[in-house]
Amino acid sequence: MPLQLTKFLFAKTLRLVLLVAAVATLSFVLVSRSPIDPVDAYVGAAVMKISPEQRQMIIARWGLDRPPLERFGRWAAQLAKGDFGVSTIFNEPVTAVIAKRFVTSLWLMVLAWCFSGLLGFALGLIAGAWEESPADRLIRLYAYTMASTPTFWVGMILLMLFSVYLGWTPVCCAWPPGLSAEQATLWQRLHHLLLPAVTLSLIGIAQITLHTREKTIEAMRSDYAVFARAQGESPGGIVCRRALRNVALPAVTLQFASLGELFGGAVLAEQVFAYPGLGRTTVEAGIRGDIPLLLGIVLFSTIFVFTGNFVADLIYYLVDPRLRKTAGGFS
Amino acid sequence: MLDIQNLSIRFTRYTFGLKKKEVCIVRSLDLSVSTGQVMAVIGQSGAGKSLLAHALLGILPRNARIEGRVFFKGQPLTPERQSAIRGREIALIPQSVTYLNPLLRVGVQVARAARLSGINQKDVPATVSRAFARYLLQKKVAAWFPFQLSGGMARRVLTATATVGMADLILADEPTSGLDPITAREALGHLRELANTGKAVLLITHDIETALQVADMVTVFCAGTTVEVARADDFKGLGHLRHPYTRALWAALPTNSFIGTMKPIERTSDTGGCPFRLCCNDQDAVCGQSVPELKQAGEGWVRCHHA
Ligand SMILES: Nc1ncnc2c1ncn2[C@@H]1O[C@H](COP(=O)(O)OP(=O)(O)OP(=O)(O)O)[C@@H](O)[C@H]1O
Ligand SMILES: [Mg+2]
Repeated sequence: MPLQLTKFLFAKTLRLVLLVAAVATLSFVLVSRSPIDPVDAYVGAAVMKISPEQRQMIIARWGLDRPPLERFGRWAAQLAKGDFGVSTIFNEPVTAVIAKRFVTSLWLMVLAWCFSGLLGFALGLIAGAWEESPADRLIRLYAYTMASTPTFWVGMILLMLFSVYLGWTPVCCAWPPGLSAEQATLWQRLHHLLLPAVTLSLIGIAQITLHTREKTIEAMRSDYAVFARAQGESPGGIVCRRALRNVALPAVTLQFASLGELFGGAVLAEQVFAYPGLGRTTVEAGIRGDIPLLLGIVLFSTIFVFTGNFVADLIYYLVDPRLRKTAGGFS
Repeated sequence: MLDIQNLSIRFTRYTFGLKKKEVCIVRSLDLSVSTGQVMAVIGQSGAGKSLLAHALLGILPRNARIEGRVFFKGQPLTPERQSAIRGREIALIPQSVTYLNPLLRVGVQVARAARLSGINQKDVPATVSRAFARYLLQKKVAAWFPFQLSGGMARRVLTATATVGMADLILADEPTSGLDPITAREALGHLRELANTGKAVLLITHDIETALQVADMVTVFCAGTTVEVARADDFKGLGHLRHPYTRALWAALPTNSFIGTMKPIERTSDTGGCPFRLCCNDQDAVCGQSVPELKQAGEGWVRCHHA
């Protein structure tokens, strides 16, 4: 492994550690200042039935009477060991809940991510290569409309049209009600996935399309494209044979860097379609005051988004020959 | 081979309030090159030399409007014909390294140019390696990216890209800028060789000294207009040069010990009149009224009211 790459990876790891530490601290402060009383949240409906003595016992057992710094220290030590605590609404370790829900979400996000990435890139290329053509105008109109439309609204429209009115797709959930995840067939799962994934893609396409269009226009006006034309290359030839790499590189980067938005979109789409993924779990944990789960999700999504950005940088590093220049040896 | 008569190039620009405004960068431009000839095109920076080359290939931006008559091999050069023959019969050696794609390997770019110039796919590798050998580029350079090339190498790659095919007219845009005198001479030598093998070469430069080393004829541009066409030999002394601008250029040569100094050319607005008049010592009322006609003078031409 070249020294350059080792340095790069080391710097990134360090940054991740710092980022997680910062997010953890901030979340801890926010949660300790929040109006949610942890005991109330834990006991739930039974709050009326416990006596003040019992309450005191819980507080003492949890260490809620200790100073905040000490509590933070203990929490951080647990985190470092990988122990995120137990979710109060699911009565399961937080890590198990996140793992299960994330896998369900992953189906949705991967599908939407690939679909919006590929289609958005293709549309952007077409629009940019034939700037101001009718195709470009149409694509731009679509992209601007989608960019200014809320996800949940698109989801509801699609739900009303395809699930309620036409009845082509199910109204909710990730698999037929009454079955467990393992019992559902692949086809059933895809069927349930279709509408949420399309919703998420339709929105996600806008950004990548507009970005790719800008980059393509820039490429078509660049000196190397002018020279390509001087050699007799057609516009299609310039796009496919000359500019593809120059445009694809920033597009791939953007697509990885937009994992944060994908996650945000998934929260809304899953809510509309009652799709039991991590996004919906986030909302539930927030509403029902499941603090261990909420903190776990916050930290998890931090790492998730960081990974996206990291992969984006890594790809740039590996693909762009100019960045590798100093990495030793011409390749 | 190539005959340009009264060419003009305008750009539409949008100013404040979306008002359209036309600027005329090139007008009354005349030029011709014949087979086996190196025609130098001399003009200061911004005179419109690169625009001329790009206009001949039909690769100007969309907001450009071109007027005038251009004949290539005796036939009018229409936009349709341009797109059919660019890269095949007319080739461009562009002005700078930025015309290479930074993310594609050099060999791939030369090979693509060869393919576009009409060479069979199976003959491309051999043709490319011959072009590399001709311009003293090592084989391994084919696998390099443009940022790995030195300035001189990049020039040779650009030249190889343009000459890998069998174009009859080569438009060389500043092929020697940024090169040391020895390397520059070598690059000019290549152009001379190309002309000697029956091609026509348009050597665009702002440096008369280097141009005179290989050129047969010289066309002088002033602010987008042809002001004089002279034989290269005419530059041996002041006597045969007829236009005051050419004389000023000649006087500015180091060997002529910088006799007199010249102000940079200011572009006159579109009112007509001689493009050089603002800097000319001999100007009078006539100069502001109309653009002078191009008059034959010996073997050359001159555009001046007082010549
Ligand atoms: N797309 C464009 N729109 C408007 N004006 C332009 C455009 N391209 C070039 N020009 C103008 O045309 C003029 C001539 O440009 P050109 O590149 O032909 O100069 P040049 O003679 O090649 O100069 P140099 O020796 O510096 O290369 C410049 O003043 C430039 O500002
Ligand atoms: Mg130029």
